Parts: sequence; C-alpha cells; structure tokens
Amino acid sequence: MTIKSEISDNGKTLKISIEGRFDASSLDDFRKAYEDVDSNALEAYCVDLGETVHLDSSALGMLLVLRDFAGGDSARITIDNCSPEVKKIFAISSFEQLFTIQ
Amino acid sequence: MTNGSDQQLTILLAEDSAPDRLILESIVVKAGHRAIVASDGLEAVQAFTNQSPDIIMLDVLMPNMGGISAAREIRHLAKDEFIPIIFLTSLSDDESLVECIEAGGDDFLPKPYNPVVLQSKIKAFSRMRDMHLTLAQQKSLIEAHNRHLIQEQTVAKQVYDKIAHSGCLDLDIINFYMSPLAVFNGDVLVAEISPSGSIMILLGDFTGHGLPAAIGSMPLASTFYGMVRKGFSMADILKEINSKLHQILPIGFFCCATCIDINLEKRRMRIWNGGLPESFLFRASSNSYELLQSKNLPLGVLSEQNFRADSKRVPLEMGDRFFMWSDGVFEARNKTGEMFGEERLHRIMEGSKGSSALFDEILGQVHNHIGESDKDDDISLIEIRIEEFPVKRLNEEAHTNTKGQLVDWSMTFEVSETSLKEFDPLPLLVNIISEVPGLKDRSTTLYTVLAEMYANALEHGVLGISSKLKSTPAGFGEFYRLKHERIAALETGWVRISLTHHAEDTGGLLNIRFQDSGKGFDSGRVSQVLEGASNQVNNDPGSYSGRGFSLMRSICERLTIHPPGNDIEVDFRWHMDDGHD
Repeated sequence: MTIKSEISDNGKTLKISIEGRFDASSLDDFRKAYEDVDSNALEAYCVDLGETVHLDSSALGMLLVLRDFAGGDSARITIDNCSPEVKKIFAISSFEQLFTIQ
Repeated sequence: MTNGSDQQLTILLAEDSAPDRLILESIVVKAGHRAIVASDGLEAVQAFTNQSPDIIMLDVLMPNMGGISAAREIRHLAKDEFIPIIFLTSLSDDESLVECIEAGGDDFLPKPYNPVVLQSKIKAFSRMRDMHLTLAQQKSLIEAHNRHLIQEQTVAKQVYDKIAHSGCLDLDIINFYMSPLAVFNGDVLVAEISPSGSIMILLGDFTGHGLPAAIGSMPLASTFYGMVRKGFSMADILKEINSKLHQILPIGFFCCATCIDINLEKRRMRIWNGGLPESFLFRASSNSYELLQSKNLPLGVLSEQNFRADSKRVPLEMGDRFFMWSDGVFEARNKTGEMFGEERLHRIMEGSKGSSALFDEILGQVHNHIGESDKDDDISLIEIRIEEFPVKRLNEEAHTNTKGQLVDWSMTFEVSETSLKEFDPLPLLVNIISEVPGLKDRSTTLYTVLAEMYANALEHGVLGISSKLKSTPAGFGEFYRLKHERIAALETGWVRISLTHHAEDTGGLLNIRFQDSGKGFDSGRVSQVLEGASNQVNNDPGSYSGRGFSLMRSICERLTIHPPGNDIEVDFRWHMDDGHD
C-alpha cells in the first residue's frame, strides 16, 4: 500500500492517490498525506482510488476524518476512479451524500 | 542492559584437582568476580542450591559425581532459569563433547586454561545471561498483560451480554448467530417487543475492530432497550441513537445498521438500513426474494438536524422470511486468505430458496470455508420467520401502567406580565408533552396548536389587539408594530396554560386550555368565530388572518370557546399506531 499526494490545479487541489489496500493500516499514511501539506490555499481535495484494490469501513471512517479536516459540510472532496465494487461500498453507506463520487 | 565487564558475577568452579582449582580461582578473582569452589559434582550441586551462582564451570571427570551428571541435576533444579554451564575438559573426542551439550552444557573450555579465553567466555556468557533475564522478564510481563486482558474481556463480555441480550432474541421466530469474536469486532444485535406488540430488531456493525468498536454498542443497546420498552417509534429511536453516537464517537467512527420493526398482527414491517449489506425478504407467495437496500448514511455520521430516519414500509405475508447479516459473513476468510464473498452467499440464498434449513446451511458453509483458521470469525446472521405467532406484549397494559413514563398527568402554567415580555413558554411545554412517548412523534403538530393558542391569548387577549387589523397588508404590519408597542408598555396581564393528559387503551387524550387576562370577544363574536371555524369560511389561503381557529379545528377533536372568549380549550386525541400506519 502506497499513498501519494500532490498539489495540482494551480495549487488549489490536493490529489491523494491510494495504491493497494485502503484499510486501517493506511491510517497514518493517509493522514500524513493531507496534514503535512500547506492547506491554506487549498480549495478542494481529490482522492484517487484508481489503484485501490480493497476498501473497508475504516477507510470510510478516514474519508470522514478528511472531510472534517477539509471543513466538514463545506468541504469539497471528489473521489475519483472508483471501481464498480468500490462504488457499491460507497452506495451502501450512502456516502454519495457527503462526497462527489466519480 | 548491563555491560558484562564491570559487573561482579558469582562463578561456581567445580574441579577435583587442587592446583587447577587454584589457577581457575585466581583468574576469576583477577577478572573482578567472586569464586565459589567445589571439588566434585555433589559439592557443585550443593553450592548451586545454596549460593545461586551466575555462571558454572564444571570439570567433566570428577569423583563422587561427574560434571555431566552434575549438569543434568543443576538444569533440573534450575527449571526455567538460564544458568550458563561451561565444561572444563581435556577430552577432545566428538562423542564426549556431544554428551556434554546433551547434558545441558553451553560451551567447553579446553585444558590447560588460557586466562584471556576464560575471561572472554565469562563476558560472553554474562551477556547471554542478561539477555535471557530480560527476555524472561518481558515474557512474564506479557503473560501478565495477556491474563489481564482476557480477564477484562471476560468481564466486558458479561456486561455486554447483560445489556445486549436482555431482549427478545429468544423468540421462536428469530434465528440468530453471532460469533463470540463478533462482539469485540463491533457487531451488536438487539431485539425487543414494544408495548404495542411490534418486534424491533437492530443489527449494527461499528467501524474498526476491538475495544474501540465494541464500546459504542453499550450506549446503543441501552438507548434501544430503554426506548422500545417505553413505546417510542423506530424513527425516534434511530434519531436518538444517531445523535448519541454522533456526540460520543470520534469522527471517522460510526455504526452501519439495519433496524426493523415487525408487526405480525398488522402484517407489515418497517425497515431502515444505513450502510449494512442489503437484506433479503423471502416472499412465500412468489417464491422469490425482495432485496432491501441501504438508503442512508450509517448511524453517528450525521448531526441531529441532517439525520433522516425515514423508513420503508413493507407489507408481509405469512410464510415470508427475513434475512440480514453484517459484512463479516462476506469477509470470512479461509486459510489461504480467500474471502467467503457476497456472490457465494447469494448463490446459497438462491440455491436453497424457501428451504427451512437455509439459515443452518449458510452458517455451515461459512464455517466450512473458514475451517480451522477461525481468527476472522465475526459472523452475525439473523433470520426472522413471519408466521402466526402470539407476540407476548412486554406486559399487558404496559402503556397505561408503565412506571417512569408520563401517562396520566395534568399541569397548570401561568405566565405573568414580566415573563410575557421576554419568555417563550412553548419549547418548555412541548418538551414536557414529548415525555409521553406517543406524543413525541406529534410534537410538531402540537407545537402548531400551542403556538396558535398562545398567540391568540397574548395578542388578542392580553394585548387586546383586534385581528381585523390583519385583513390588509398594511394592517398586517401595523398589527405587529402595535404588538411590540403594547408588549413594551404592558403593566399587568397573564396567560394561564393547563395541560391534562389521560391514557386510553390505544393512545391518549390531551386537553389543552388557554386562559388569559383579556376581556375576550364581545359575546356576539364567540358564536360567529366558532361558526367561522367550523365552516372554514376563513380558510382562504390568501387571507392574512383567521386561519388559527380552523387550523386547530382540523387538528383537534373538540374546540370550545368559553364566554366571554378569553378561555379556549381543545382536545387532542392520539392513537398508538407504532409509526402512523
């Protein structure tokens, strides 16, 4: 499991990519991916799950923590490149109400 | 860890030749250690018992008892403690050396003695002994921790069982399986019969594993049981559990849950699913499944204001069967790490459709899959058979007799001039009314009634402003200007509110009476107002006023205006229909 983060879109978007399993073991790396970045100029976050093979409920929890960090209800978070299985997990938990899922 | 070189050790030297003994002793003492000497095996064993040396050196060949027998004896006496034993020998054939190691020796020192080699060996074995001591200490610490943990979990499990299994899970129509590990993996299953005879069941799955996941099930279970027994609706219970979990759980922790409310008498169920896998409802009449999917966010994610407790109503027929599970079933792994999977479960569901042994079959197959590697076993599986079944109500007449629940009561509340200026009594009154479980559901409606009556008593009664003013847009503004002016100038006045509630077999009757210090209507207007209210002539949506009475008429069973019009009373009757259907 590798987590990378990069700032794009003229410094307005932070893109976090997760490769491999996204579960409780990713907690520290995932948090570092957005906490160690200067977030003052950021307007949006993008979580790329294109290379993610598995996702469990603690991953959902971490996304909620990110949402809270990014401003709670005013946070703009897009979750990109979800596989059908991952989309289904989001749908079961109705996470499309909180995130933009693509 | 101590550095072997500056530590004084006690070293036991067993050697039958007196000159050799002397040489050894002088080397050891020169190196800064204390020497104990023995001239044969028996003496060595004796010295070991009495003086507990740190390192032992044994000559192989000695009278009375040889080094090898002495080593065996010492190892036996030392049990788990590690004491390095070094054999002193002039023998060099392989067999003798092997025998020394077999007997419990750790190393050899060839004769004649080389002081440098001897001192180095002492150092090396001292280090090894230190390491061994540290390990042994850590091991016993870990063992103690582990014992402690198991003890704690046993106690926690007992507490959990008391809270979570005091419900009606033992009903004949409910089949359930929860693996013992599931509790500490954050699964929770609670079931209880409401006073109106509904069976309420909630299956929850907290995020994460272990104690943090398990701990949330305590408030969930106690809220669930407390509220079901008092007759609160499923929506109210879910709202309450959600707010409680939202408050106490850190962000990122939540509880996926399915809650159902089955009423066998009315042949219907209500279901709310937030984040658990879809439930299966087997339809006996069509021999097929109806899938009930999650439509909500899990419990504890949203704040009270954003949470939606809307449930789906599903009509039931005898012979139907309801199945639900947490995703632990899909995630059950075999030895090679392969998951049981959703597909496999759906295949069993399809393959044994309608079979009465389906529940056992699922469970059997999951356990077969897991095999011996039961570390991932956190399975929660529930089946409910819809059949003629006399649901024994919690206790008959629970509604009218239950202790700790507001049932028959009355109160009078008077607001006088100083309070009329600042204080809004409505939230307080609605709070009190909401203590009656059947009325909590209807608190919005009751708020409307109370607000109408209070506004009427204050504006037209105490302040004496005519509602005729409100008939034009300009007058509407004027009305409120006047209201502010008169409130500010108010010297005397009061509004008295009386609430009386009586429980009835299937609900209750709430009488609300507002009296005020005003002059009332002129007597001719009373009948006119009542007539207007009943004919609803004023119920013109475009009209700025006069909607109050007709609104109350439509909500309440009886509206009485006592002359001269400053005393108005309504009856609000409600029926316990567990969810308005």
